[in-house]
Amino acid sequence: MSEYDFIDHSHDVVVVGAGGAGLRATFGLAEAGFDTACVTKVFPTRSHTVAAQGGISAALGNMGEDDWRWHMYDTIKGADWLGDQDAIEYMCKEAPDAVIELEHYGVPFSRTEDGRIYQRPFGGMTTHYGEGTAQRTCAAADRTGHAMLHTLYQQSLKHEAEFFIEYFAVDLIMEDGACRGVVAIDLATGRLHRFRAHQVILATGGYGRAYFSCTSAHTCTGDGNAMVLRAGLPLQDMEFVQFHPTGIYGAGCLITEGVRGEGGYLTNGDGERFMERYAPNAKDLASRDVVSRSMTIEIREGRGVGSEKDHIHLHLEHLGPEVIHERLPGIAETARIFANVDVTRDPIPVLPTVHYNMGGIPANYKGEVVTKRGENAELVVPGLMAVGEAACVSVHGANRLGSNSLLDLVVFGRAAAKHCAETMSPGSRHKPLPADAGRDSVARLDRLRNADGDRPTADIRLEMQKVMQNHAAVFRTSDTLAEGVEKLRDTWKSFERVGIADRSLVWNTDLVETLELENLLLNAMATIESAANRKESRGAHAHEDYPERDDLHWMKHTLAWVDDGGAVTLDYRPVHEQTLTDEVEAVPPKARTY
Amino acid sequence: MAEFRLPANSRIRKGRHFPAADGAKNVQRYVVYRYDPDSGDNPRMDTYEVDMDDCGPMVLDALIKIKNEIDSTLTFRRSCREGICGSCAMNIDGRNTLACTKPADSVRGDVKIYPLPHMPVVKDLVPDLTNFYAQYASIKPWLQARTPAPPDSERLQSKEDQEKIDEPAACILCACCSTSCPSYWWNSDRYLGPAALLAAYRWLVDSRDEATGERLDELEDPFRLYRCHTIMNCSQACPKDLNPARAIAATKKMLVERRH
Repeated sequence: MSEYDFIDHSHDVVVVGAGGAGLRATFGLAEAGFDTACVTKVFPTRSHTVAAQGGISAALGNMGEDDWRWHMYDTIKGADWLGDQDAIEYMCKEAPDAVIELEHYGVPFSRTEDGRIYQRPFGGMTTHYGEGTAQRTCAAADRTGHAMLHTLYQQSLKHEAEFFIEYFAVDLIMEDGACRGVVAIDLATGRLHRFRAHQVILATGGYGRAYFSCTSAHTCTGDGNAMVLRAGLPLQDMEFVQFHPTGIYGAGCLITEGVRGEGGYLTNGDGERFMERYAPNAKDLASRDVVSRSMTIEIREGRGVGSEKDHIHLHLEHLGPEVIHERLPGIAETARIFANVDVTRDPIPVLPTVHYNMGGIPANYKGEVVTKRGENAELVVPGLMAVGEAACVSVHGANRLGSNSLLDLVVFGRAAAKHCAETMSPGSRHKPLPADAGRDSVARLDRLRNADGDRPTADIRLEMQKVMQNHAAVFRTSDTLAEGVEKLRDTWKSFERVGIADRSLVWNTDLVETLELENLLLNAMATIESAANRKESRGAHAHEDYPERDDLHWMKHTLAWVDDGGAVTLDYRPVHEQTLTDEVEAVPPKARTY
Repeated sequence: MAEFRLPANSRIRKGRHFPAADGAKNVQRYVVYRYDPDSGDNPRMDTYEVDMDDCGPMVLDALIKIKNEIDSTLTFRRSCREGICGSCAMNIDGRNTLACTKPADSVRGDVKIYPLPHMPVVKDLVPDLTNFYAQYASIKPWLQARTPAPPDSERLQSKEDQEKIDEPAACILCACCSTSCPSYWWNSDRYLGPAALLAAYRWLVDSRDEATGERLDELEDPFRLYRCHTIMNCSQACPKDLNPARAIAATKKMLVERRH
């Protein structure tokens, strides 16, 4: 037996990733009787959903009047009209049901005086189509992601879902344009496993680690996105990278928007509440792209705080110790540890920090992965689905609203399980895999495990992160992007010279980090080339040479294919401007002000 | 005759020494447990000298710097780097804690780092947590209720009742507590340990859960619960300032009270 012989498995469905979306899909499938395997590179409760803080949006109306149609309007506007309105309708309409279901599963939500789920204001969330402030974001203090992820894992235990934990998925197995399974390495042994499945659901999260400073975990390396690119399929809207306004200056750790939802505010070096100038109505609760740009302008124009005038202050000391203790205990702890700040007395130093990827694997609202062939821009890839941050459904368009991502996870994780239940039956027969299935992966793994070049993985990674940070940031210009593309191509090329030191099979993190770097490079390349191509400003893509939104030419999704040599091919898909049902009217594009 | 030394293949040897780069002024020494099962060699302690003027403030920052710049074979788990995922639990300077929230300058002298104690070691600082996770699953950590939930709304819960589960539900399953417990070291095959018991308590005090009786029945066992001897290392070790010892005491009290 060679050390690279495959261990073969067959399942009805294989889910890759065990964050919120992956777990919701996994136990939904287990509950429906499917033989489901969840393959995950970290133990489920270590997934980055755990770090979500502020909450999950749903028009429950527990704290005042609300309507899912208002939520839908806010999401479309937040997305700067790049979101697919059919999918947004589906998400916002399903939201109350999905959140009630979470409560029934046992999520320890904070409560109102009358015992209902507590809801807080969040950026861009309004009532009456932009008129008032909505309290729509359901919270478990400031650890909502932790509360949800643990509960979803508990439900997976209840339904006895099968997990392959600390297995790193390497590649999709494709045959005649359809997905047949995945190849993964068991970290504990270094053995290769081949999972055959009727449906593979990618729930692998974002790729924040393509940037130097991000709120994302070390494990957010866009593995599923890269697997899709290697399979010859495109990614969508990769130029839209969300900068969260309040990452801790220096450390990059997230400070929830819920702080501003509870009444916190930002000040510049003059002590001015500058958001009043940029967003007279919503002020500090404008959507994230708007706040991040405003902060960046303040700093650029010399009104930052600190000796270098290079950051902004976030105040919550006026909220009082009781509110902070009850609703924001986690950020008080995080600010103390990472910024050495007592939030009951002093402001937190913050800076816009890479946080979320609106782009990802193109999928429809059922979770099916789609691609474009000829004029058909809705071609379903058989056997492949994508959910969560990895997917681009696209409910977030050019900019995601805070607390819509936890919602996205559960709504589309659940939708994926439902879709399988409607279209497949448990235990149906498998065709044999192609004889050479997984052979390319073996060759790649063996090459990297024995790579003895002169560039350590960490060096190449740092270079890529700096290029992305400097050239695809909050503001972009044609020159910075063009230069970034050139630099990133050089970095890509230098990956040929990668060298690793650990040649062992057991828990070889040197190898895994190198595989992750390869994945990040693919994501980064798709991102910067898509950004250089989009000649307008929309949502998180702020192009200083084209400062206006251009609906005539650019109200379309970017598709990006990246080949083995790093060459990017671009194309477009139309935005779904129509709704899913006639329960609501489509929202036509208009000027976006807060 | 009693065996006072570790078996020959488990004895820790002195390892390699990686001196700091020339010109480093603020050097901190990291003495790190290394074990590579592929090599067949005994465990060893490697020493890395790290220039802290060019490093983030936490022990995890130093470990990542070592892996990036000095020795990429060093193996440890890490993910969120902000104390919420629980991946980087290890024994630093004699205490179990999270490397990502442990300030490097809080350690005087050499920073000695070992994997979580008394767990099988997979490699370097990576312990095998299979048994720990199985114990968590064994307490049935999900909501059990016979009364159907209202179809279109949440179950109501008062703020006071919510507060009871707030703290125990904040556990991150890092295993710092259980692996600091001497009773768990000796009896981890049968004693559930503080993390699993805290999880059990979280459901015992959840006003929505209706399986209190069954849950207590499962715990009423000389080993599963009563191997807790109130040593309290668990509460001292918890990097999230939770109090498993108090939860265990409260559980014991519930068992006493239901007899009367």
